[in-house]
Amino acid sequence: MYTQGLDAKPADNTIPFNRTDPELERRFQERVDAEEKIEPRDWMPDGYRRTLVRQISQHAHSEIVGMLPEGNWITRAPTLRRKIALLAKVQDEGGHGLYLYSAAETLGVSRDELVEQLLSGKAKYSSIFNYPTLTWADIGTIGWLVDGAAIMNQVPLCRCSYGPYARAMIRICREESFHQRQGYEIVMTLAQGTPEQKRMAQDSLDRWWWPALMMFGPSDDASAHSAQNMRWKIKRFSNDELRQKFVDATVPQAEYLGLTIPDPDLRFNAETGHYEFGTIDWSEFERVLKGDGPCNRERLEARNKAWDDGAWVREAALAHARKRESRAAAQNQAGARGRA
Amino acid sequence: MTDDTLRSALVDYALRLGDTSLVLGHRLSEWCGHAPELEEDLALANMALDLVGHARMWLAFAGETEGKGRDEDRLAYHRDGFDYRNHLLVEQPNRDFGHTIARQFLHDAWSVGLYERLASSANPEVAGIAAKAVKEVRYHLRHSGEWVVRLGDGTEKSRAIMADAFDRLSRYTDEMFEADGVERTLTAAGIAPDPEELRAGWEARVDAVLAEATLSRPAIHGRQTGGRSGRHTEHLGHLLAEMQFLQRAYPGATW
Ligand SMILES: [Fe+2]
Ligand SMILES: [Fe+2]
Repeated sequence: MYTQGLDAKPADNTIPFNRTDPELERRFQERVDAEEKIEPRDWMPDGYRRTLVRQISQHAHSEIVGMLPEGNWITRAPTLRRKIALLAKVQDEGGHGLYLYSAAETLGVSRDELVEQLLSGKAKYSSIFNYPTLTWADIGTIGWLVDGAAIMNQVPLCRCSYGPYARAMIRICREESFHQRQGYEIVMTLAQGTPEQKRMAQDSLDRWWWPALMMFGPSDDASAHSAQNMRWKIKRFSNDELRQKFVDATVPQAEYLGLTIPDPDLRFNAETGHYEFGTIDWSEFERVLKGDGPCNRERLEARNKAWDDGAWVREAALAHARKRESRAAAQNQAGARGRA
Repeated sequence: MTDDTLRSALVDYALRLGDTSLVLGHRLSEWCGHAPELEEDLALANMALDLVGHARMWLAFAGETEGKGRDEDRLAYHRDGFDYRNHLLVEQPNRDFGHTIARQFLHDAWSVGLYERLASSANPEVAGIAAKAVKEVRYHLRHSGEWVVRLGDGTEKSRAIMADAFDRLSRYTDEMFEADGVERTLTAAGIAPDPEELRAGWEARVDAVLAEATLSRPAIHGRQTGGRSGRHTEHLGHLLAEMQFLQRAYPGATW
């Protein structure tokens, strides 16, 4: 998902658990089991804190990097209504990034540190945003599939054991489902439009379907630490369960639109009530996650450029704030002398 | 004055305001995802959203008043540069954050004065649009003005960038106070203020902020106008080519 880098093997068998206090851990786990929310000042195991920092910050980075592929079409949106809707959507994603960075900060890291990790390429973000947006249809497809997949993953996170994260997710999920409907509506308009528009919609689905399935992360038997995260109630469903839910929900939507899912092995199993689908190309997933996807370099470059180009602005704002402070302090002193 | 004269003046006037809002909103939207900090990314997007929203109201009103079946999108996406009526100021490229802010500020200081007057226009639709927009442009002016102060009175580098920005952009500001038959017709009918009457307020707003920013309003060299009658700078053509691409490439399609 937006945090799929977490369970990519061999990522993280390295999270150390140094502060082992069996009694505190036992009480912590009891609270988690009782569905109580853990708050920033509560005791928590180091591993729990670290996992959350990584998960929340990857999620935040994904929101921010995700602004780029969609932002690519704001200036080319085909109507004024679409232009406003897309701009507002991308703005929402930036807002999600903000809440999530704040949620991560409650765990004792600073936003600057996290941003630095993103810019240096150390931090991960969702593989999906390393694919290009080539046509207007991609704006519809991203809303429909990418926001749709995000919802599958994030609705359970609204019940995450960590309070600030769960609360941020509640707000975010409301907006994501709006994005998803909006995206589906764009695709529907195209699918019911001219033959060229229909072709645009199908081409887009062809390109985004498999990357969307990869958003849920590696399959359960390859996933590094699902079990611990389930115990901590950071995760509620496995990657494969969520992926299956997504496929089951999405295939009928594609059928309704008259679009073809690009998977010759896709079929409905009447016995299980689920769709069976073909094998995901995990080597592509690994490549994209490692940095060799179609747009990884462009995305990081764009983030770095915005940051570097903005350096003089941030420095000026800081310098101005300092001048203000020292002027105010000088005034206070003069005032104090005047009263004395 | 005949109804037809008044009607066509209203259409032209609404196009001037609509195009100015649209082009500026479009320019701001180019920043999305690339601003100096996340909070500012959201703020620029907010202003862009407001401005494109104003453009929709003006263009829809222009189309209805004209009565030839052109809606907001027909007007936005199917006119070439010589039919666009925006101020030259707003089509100038973003360059950097400082130039973007200077452009925004010079425009906001004008639009606040204008919308405050238009809110009591004799035409109820014009008054309605202005009353809605004025709250938003007041916020824009506060925001752009605060940045002008921060950047002007920030570091040496930021001050130099802002001085350059105001120097470059000042030549386009006189256009905001020009009047031709369109404005004169509407002024006579109590629908719009005489643009020249907005100048004193604009200068006062601009000078107050520039003083706080340790900058001053540069003398105008090589005054440029013409946007209001369709004579633009080279920049508008590229903006329209990008903005109108889908509508032009797929004529007749619904989006
Ligand atoms: Fe989001
Ligand atoms: Fe979203």
